[in-house]
Parts: sequence; structure tokens; C-alpha cells
Amino acid sequence: MKSPKRDLAGGVALLLAAAPAYAAWDLNLRVGVTPLSRDIYGLHMLILWVCVAIAVAVFAVMIYSVATFRHSKGATPANFDHSTLAEVIWTIVPVLILVFMAIPAARTLVAIEDSSGSELTVKVTGYQWKWQYEYVEHGVSFFSTLARRHDAARQLDSGVDPRTIDNYLLEVDNPLVVPQGVKIRVLVTAADVIHAWWVPDFGMKKDAIPGFINELWFTADKAGTYRGQCAELCGRDHGFMPVVVEVVPRAEFDAWLAARKTTE
Amino acid sequence: MSATTDTLADAGHGHGHDVHHHGPAKGIRRWLTTTNHKDIGTMYLVFSLIMFLIGGSMALVVRAELFVPGMQLVDPGFFNTMTTVHALIMVFGAVMPATVGLGNWMIPLQIGAPDMALPRMNNFSFWLLVAAFSLLILSLFMPGGGPASGWTLYPPLVLQTGDALPLAIFAIHLAGASSIMGAINIIVTIMNMRAPGMTLLAMPMFVWTWLITAYLLIAVMPVFAGAVTMLLTDHFFGSTFFSAAGGGDPVLYQHIFWFFGHPEVYIMILPAFGIVSEIIPTFARKKLFGYDSMVYATASIAFLSFIVWAHHMFTVGMPLAGEMFFMLATMLIAVPTGVKVFNWTATMWKGSISFEPPMLFALAFLFLFTIGGFSGLMMAIVPVDFQYHDTYFIVAHFHYVLVPGAVFAIMGAVYYWLPKWTGHMYDMKLAKLHFWLSAIFVNVLFFPQHFLGLAGMPRRIPDYATQFADWNMVSSIGGFGFGLSQLLFVYLIWRCVRGGAPASAVVWDGARSHGLEWTVPSPAPYHTFDEPPTVRGGEMHS
Repeated sequence: MKSPKRDLAGGVALLLAAAPAYAAWDLNLRVGVTPLSRDIYGLHMLILWVCVAIAVAVFAVMIYSVATFRHSKGATPANFDHSTLAEVIWTIVPVLILVFMAIPAARTLVAIEDSSGSELTVKVTGYQWKWQYEYVEHGVSFFSTLARRHDAARQLDSGVDPRTIDNYLLEVDNPLVVPQGVKIRVLVTAADVIHAWWVPDFGMKKDAIPGFINELWFTADKAGTYRGQCAELCGRDHGFMPVVVEVVPRAEFDAWLAARKTTE
Repeated sequence: MSATTDTLADAGHGHGHDVHHHGPAKGIRRWLTTTNHKDIGTMYLVFSLIMFLIGGSMALVVRAELFVPGMQLVDPGFFNTMTTVHALIMVFGAVMPATVGLGNWMIPLQIGAPDMALPRMNNFSFWLLVAAFSLLILSLFMPGGGPASGWTLYPPLVLQTGDALPLAIFAIHLAGASSIMGAINIIVTIMNMRAPGMTLLAMPMFVWTWLITAYLLIAVMPVFAGAVTMLLTDHFFGSTFFSAAGGGDPVLYQHIFWFFGHPEVYIMILPAFGIVSEIIPTFARKKLFGYDSMVYATASIAFLSFIVWAHHMFTVGMPLAGEMFFMLATMLIAVPTGVKVFNWTATMWKGSISFEPPMLFALAFLFLFTIGGFSGLMMAIVPVDFQYHDTYFIVAHFHYVLVPGAVFAIMGAVYYWLPKWTGHMYDMKLAKLHFWLSAIFVNVLFFPQHFLGLAGMPRRIPDYATQFADWNMVSSIGGFGFGLSQLLFVYLIWRCVRGGAPASAVVWDGARSHGLEWTVPSPAPYHTFDEPPTVRGGEMHS
């Protein structure tokens, strides 16, 4: 039932000249670049298809009933009002389907919660409205704030067309830099209110809670720049504290870290 | 249209139409001092409709700002106020009072009682609600702006609210007190005032779902009141329940809130289940399939609602065992919910279905609520919820269960019982137009939000990266279409109240054997069932 709707929706938007050149009709979760994000994506697709299959079956019966048993066609109502067998079946079958879904979900969850064996620890602190990154073992730390050009463009009636700015609202002055292929443990906390640190391509999101330290981990196996946002409402500028992570080869990271240490 | 032209002949069974009673008082005093369940029901429903329009307008401010990327209309702080107050008004001011209004009107009629058990308290609980929402709306004009921390009012953020904070908290206290009184009234009425012969398992499903809802209300509204009172003392009296600096914990609030909040979800949807269980048998001309299992499924859902709260907060950092437990418990809810959907489908199977407006809304409910159920099941899976959490996927999910879910059921109920209330048939063509516009636009509005969430758009942001532009524009178009369509609903109700073809007592062709409300004339006289009707066992539920 998605595609007609999508066509309709697309048609409406095109009619209104929704700048098709910039069209990005993204529909689905990103696969991401970490083993966990791929597991999560697989799990997402599994559940999605199970749901679609059940929906097709259930909706087919509903549509058939509505199309066939019509008063206007002279249908006469049957007299039954229960069937123990049917009711037992449609209680037990869903339970089995749920067990089938719960097993891989539990397996992935156990992997997510196992942050042992990490090689680098980064402490992330949320502030209203910026992030602080601290390389705990190396004594390097800095703030990461929405890039100025973006900040100017997002002011009320700035007159700047966001479409003229690359990665609008997803660019910072100082991105977090991490090495490729290394298990990185992220300690998440906050200084004022609750924030949430999220990079969709890493499959992970964790709340940053003042006074408490949360933990997540990721191993990005593809170099590149990955963008996310604060995901927990944290006040006026909640929408304007992006997360940008640059994943670079090991050697490049070591050089960057050394350079950073000398400037500290 | 299938309204019968039956005379009122079969309506009489002698429940006191010769007037021993005085009628309603004249003028405004009728409404201020009334203890009549029908008047109070009407006031609740009108109040709910007004709040629906106010809350809807706030949603349109949000959708207008999100129409294209960039900030064009409002300040980000005001945007947050709009999302926050929209939710508070829709939950506590529109959906809940609508179901209370329906309960007030219909429970006595359905169980053969002359009125609610506690009529003065009934009046008080309505007028408390008016006071509550006056305070909440007043809070918008306070120094520092209205509440802007999201309807969940999470600390520490909520403690940054200006003078609006105490107003919003007292509004919640009053609305909560009103709900508790309403719930007590409903329980006492159902337990004590059923017509002779109407055993518990002979009650109409709407009465059953409201009975269970009322117990949920009594169980959780005080919890919520406690949580917001702790916010109040943290803010004004130096306590530190929710501040780590003083030995407290901000996440404690989230646990308390969602211990209330998850049953609250079912407080909004269980009466809707009851309504749909009334409408479908009437228009399928067939008894409700699996009545007993419907009752047990409703009770199971209510029970499970107390042990799944933490699925709203998987990202706060919980122990593995906690995540496992809440994942599995949440998945279990799919079982009784599935039973309900299957039973409704089986009720239609081999029925004789006609498609008057109430049935159209019930059918849309069946399809679209199920979609919301599926996304709910997906979110129960903790690893993927780490991706979905706090994105538009969540926004899409809960709007699917609340708008084409609860709200459509309420509209279906209004179309179902409006002739009984007013004594007039409404304009069927216009009502069908209202249905089709609502059903189409609600999908244009909310379906794309699934895509936005999966693509990575967080909720509660006033501006967004350009890759989210297209679906946001579609969603906003749907929003304005849906919002404007509701003006038709208001117009249609207004016209039906003013006049129209007279409605028979039975109103609907298939309603003949369903429920005591169809045995009294339309409009229902000011006083009904002065002498209780006799119910033969097991006949009154549909």
C-alpha cells in the first residue's frame, strides 16, 4: 500500500514545484558503516517484512469481507459469534512469530551492550547547544558547534536559501575524528539538560544525562564523514547541535591527534 | 442510508415518559448547575471539539514552519511551545474529554440507568476541566513563554520554563483530579446501576472498555500528579528529586512519567476499541465475534500496560536485563491487540455490511490503527529502537494510533449516536465527504513521517537538513488538508443540532438488537430509565 501513496504524494509535491533537483525521497533506514548498524538494519528489514506479510494477510481478509459481504448485494448475515479453534490459533500463531523475532533481537542486543575491548575512549558532553569531545587517554578536548554559515542561515527570515548550503544544519566547526576499523567506546554525559548523541550510520543513540555517564561503542569500517543530530529535546536550539564524525585511516588519525596535542 | 423509518412504537417499554420531572433549567444556569448526564456529556463533547480545534491549530503552526527548510514563521522556542501545548491539549483536552463525554452520555443509556451514580461530582469534574485548560492556555502568555519542554515535561529541561511552569503543573493537577472523579463516577455507575439481568459479561463492549479504562485512570493519574509535584518542589522549594547534584536522578522522572504515560496511551485507545466494537456489529448486522475474548483481551492489554513503561526510554542507558524484559513484555501486547483486530475482522466475515459514516470511520480505524500497531511492534525491538527513538518514525507511529485510531473512533461514535442525541439525521453525503477527506489527508500527513524518521530526522526540531524537505512538504500539505476538513465536521454537527430529518428510535437498520440505547426515543428524553428495563441474560452486548 506504500507505492500508490508515494506516487500520489510525489505527484502533489511535483505540482508544487518542490525543487525536484534536490529531491531526496529517502524511504528507509541507512545500512550504516559498523557491524552493529548492519545487524540493526537486518533486524529492521526482517521485522518490517514480517509485518508486511501479516498486514497483507489481515488486510486481504478485511478487504475481501468488505467487498463481498455487502448489504447492498443482498448478503444475509451468518449467525456464528465465536469459534474456539480460530481464537486459539490466532492467539498462538502470533506468539510463535514473536518468539521468531525476539531471538535475533536478543542476540543483537547482547552485542550492543558489550563494550569490552575498546581501543579508544571518547567522552562526549552535551551542552545547550553544542558538544564537547574529550579523548580521555590523550588529554585532548574541544567543543563542536554548528558551523557559522549554517547558524547565520537558520536565523528567522535570514534570506538565505538552505538549499544553497551543503549539508545544511549538519556541519560543525570541529568534527570528532576517529580511526577507521577501531573499536571506540563513547562515554556520554551532559552538563545542563538531557541531550542524546546520535549518528545514524553507526546505528547508535544514547541519552546524555547530567550527572550520569552512559556508554556506547562503534567500529566504523569505512572512512568518511558521518552526520547526526542531538535526538533529545534540549531547549530552544535543540535542532541546531549536529554531530559530525570523521572516520579516517589509523595513520592519519595518529597524525591528527599528535598535531592536536601540540596545539593544546 | 439505512436509517429506519420505524415509529417509536417499539421504543416505549414504559420507562417514564409522562413527565414527573421538571425539565432542564433555562438559559446558562442549565449548563452551569446541571447534574444531568446527558447535559454533562454534551458539555464534555463540545469542550473536546473546541480543544481539538485549538490543539489542531497549534499543529498547523508546526506544519507551516516545517513546510520548507529554513526558519520562516516562528522562533524555535515558540515552535517548541507549539509542539508541547499541542500534545497536552490533544491528550488531556481533546481525546480524554471526548471519551468521557461519550461515556457520560452512553453508559447510563447502555446499562439502563437513570443517570450517573454521582451527578454533582460529575458536574464538578467537568468544570474543573474548564479551569485546568484556562490555566494551561493562560500559561502561553507568561513571561518566558509557554511550556516548551515537550508534553513529557522531562527535567532538567522543564525546570528552565519561566512563569508558565506552575500554571501548567496546576493545570495538570486539576485535569487529573477531574479525570479521577470521572473515573470513580463511571466505576460506581457501572458496578451499581446496571439494569436487572445485565450481568458483567452481558454489558456492551463500550461499557466494558470504559470500566477498565476507569481503573487505569485511578491507578495512574495520581502517579502523574506526584511526578509533576516533585517538579514543582524541585523548582520552587529546593528539593532535588531529579537532580544528580543533590543525589537525585533525572531518569527517575522518566520512569514515573511513563509508569503513568503508558497506561495513559490505553486510556485513550480502550474506549475507542469499545466504540469500534459497537459500530462494526451494527453495520455488519452480525453479533460481535468472540465477545468474551474481547473482554479478556482488553483486560490483558490493561494489565500489560503497567509493565512496559520503559520501552519509551530505551536510550537512557538501562541494564541489559531491563532492556530484555521491557522488549519482551512490550512484544506480548501484540497478542491481545491481534485478538481484537482478528475478532473485528471475523465479525465482518459473512456479515451483511453497509457503509454509513460510522462504519466508514470504524473501517478506517481497523486498517490504520493496525498500521500503527505494526510500527509499535517494530519499536519494541530494542536494537532497532535505538535508531527509531526520538525520530519522526515515533511521531508517525503514535499519530497513527491516536488520529486514525482514537480520533477516528470518536468521530465514528459521534456519527453513530448523534441522531440519538439530537433526534435528527445528519447530512450523510456531507459526512461521507468529511470521512474521505479525513481518511486521505491523514495518510498524506502521517505516512511520509515514517520515511522521514527512518531517513534520520529527529522529532521536535523546527528546521531540518534539506534531504528531509520533500516529505516534510507532503506531510504539511496533508496536515492543512486534514485540519481544514475538520471544519466540515463542525458545520455538520451544528446543522444536525439545529434540525434535519427526524431520526427513529433505532436509527440504524442493524442496531435493532444492539443495546438499550436504541430502545429509547430519539432524541433521548431528558430523563430515561426512571424504571429500570429488564434485560434477558446475554442479549444486550452486540
